[in-house]
Amino acid sequence: LLHIDLADHHHHGHSLIHGLDPRTKLVGTLLFVLIASLLPPGAWVGYGVLFAATLVAAHYTGLGVGFAVRRSFVALPFALAAITLPFTVPGEALAHIGPLTLSVEGTVRLVSIMIKSWVSVQAAILMASTTPFHDLLWGMRALRLPGVLVSIVAFMYRYLFVLADEALRLRRARAARSGVAAGSKGGGSLAWRGKVAGGLVGNLTLRAFERSERIHDAMVARGFQGELRTLSAPVMTDRDWNLLVGWVTFLAMTALIGFIF
Amino acid sequence: MPIFTLLAPVRLHIPDGFLSLGVSLVGWVLAIGAIGYALRQTRGQLGSKQIPLMGVVAAFIFAAQAINFPVAGGTSGHLLGGALAAVILGPWAAVLIMTAVIGVQALLFQDGGLLVLGFNIVNMGVITAFAGHLVYQLLKGLLGPGRTSLLAAGAAGAWISVMLGAGATAIELAVSGTSPLGVALPAMVAANWVAGGLVIALAVAALSPLASPNPDGLERVAEDTGFIGAALEPLYTILPDYTLPFVSNPVLSGLLAVVVGTLVVFGVAWAVARWQRRAPG
Repeated sequence: LLHIDLADHHHHGHSLIHGLDPRTKLVGTLLFVLIASLLPPGAWVGYGVLFAATLVAAHYTGLGVGFAVRRSFVALPFALAAITLPFTVPGEALAHIGPLTLSVEGTVRLVSIMIKSWVSVQAAILMASTTPFHDLLWGMRALRLPGVLVSIVAFMYRYLFVLADEALRLRRARAARSGVAAGSKGGGSLAWRGKVAGGLVGNLTLRAFERSERIHDAMVARGFQGELRTLSAPVMTDRDWNLLVGWVTFLAMTALIGFIF
Repeated sequence: MPIFTLLAPVRLHIPDGFLSLGVSLVGWVLAIGAIGYALRQTRGQLGSKQIPLMGVVAAFIFAAQAINFPVAGGTSGHLLGGALAAVILGPWAAVLIMTAVIGVQALLFQDGGLLVLGFNIVNMGVITAFAGHLVYQLLKGLLGPGRTSLLAAGAAGAWISVMLGAGATAIELAVSGTSPLGVALPAMVAANWVAGGLVIALAVAALSPLASPNPDGLERVAEDTGFIGAALEPLYTILPDYTLPFVSNPVLSGLLAVVVGTLVVFGVAWAVARWQRRAPG
């Protein structure tokens, strides 16, 4: 019942995209998302080009053209936040549902928002799937993100798996203590469940602090001085620069196309 | 997993495309300002021991969401987290911790967008940290010392921070022209009431005819459907011609949500209190 997929999102590989410098991928993804957000509502050609670009990029990750598409529906439920647009934006009537009127303008805006968010998520998925987390961290640091912040992220990631194990252990302990008679519903009253759940969370907090102290002591014992270091820093190769320049040119042209059509 | 996908809208992580570029940039300016100031504020106090502690609090906030039943914290864990981190380590450290949590959620889990990350940090990190901190300090001062007052203050801080974060999200969506304020604000706030108390919402939903259309189905599935019905319900109330019985539902589940949210925070605060007593200073 893990709500976050705690498995590492990185998919190992030796493709063109895997081999790029993490900085190239970070900057490229951010620019892609920026352009997707810049496009006006109803710029269907522009959206099509961006979607095609994610498919091509997915192909060059070696993970399969449909890789990102299959995983990209996570953000769509948020569309509920925009679902009222067809009803609230004034404009030409498209259809009537009971007392409500769907407007063309509102529907165009809703669909545009959903497409933009969908292609942006695909770009982010491709980046996260082709870059190991420590490389991403290194890239962030190299892009001048504050060291303290990157360190917190690094520790968080390090502890995340430890804590997820602790949480699972707590759940297992609870399950082991909670017998269910055949034919009856498990669990007690709502108040009881709330109390147990609160106890679990409280316990997890305690264990988290204890674990953090132990791990930190162990790191200090091994020479940790407050900064995470890497022995093999990636370098920006000619290929990185060429691809980045090509990518920027492509995105700029897409933006132009989006505004013209 | 599908359940949580459906619950995603109440988690306040705005995806890319939902905020206009201008609004996104304002969010980044605010977020960078807050993070920069937080870095300056914490610079003196951050020893080599403090950063792992912040990392573990961040990981805790992340991992606490892994216990999703019967804890109601799952959907609003990060929001309670902002207030929790502020209570433990102070508001400025909490801003940094929440930035780390929200940043990783966006980068790795596609939970929230990259361009809109600025406002996601502001909504769920900065606003929750300061709301949580201020309410906690205020109530602690009013109620005086003692465990009960500590717990009550922490619970109130966490809950108010959730509401403020939801309100801010609604305003940003409205300014971006994604969702009118009259619709987004009540929907967001109501949705987060329910999100804060999914368990109770489940019970309410099981009683409500809307949420259990198929009571003879698999028990588990019915429960899950109940969840979904409860979470989506507030969005129905925005339809003007809706009938009364359903309107009363989110209010009721909202009130009950307070109870469960409070219980969860009580548990956390109890642990913090015990931990502080055990290791003073």
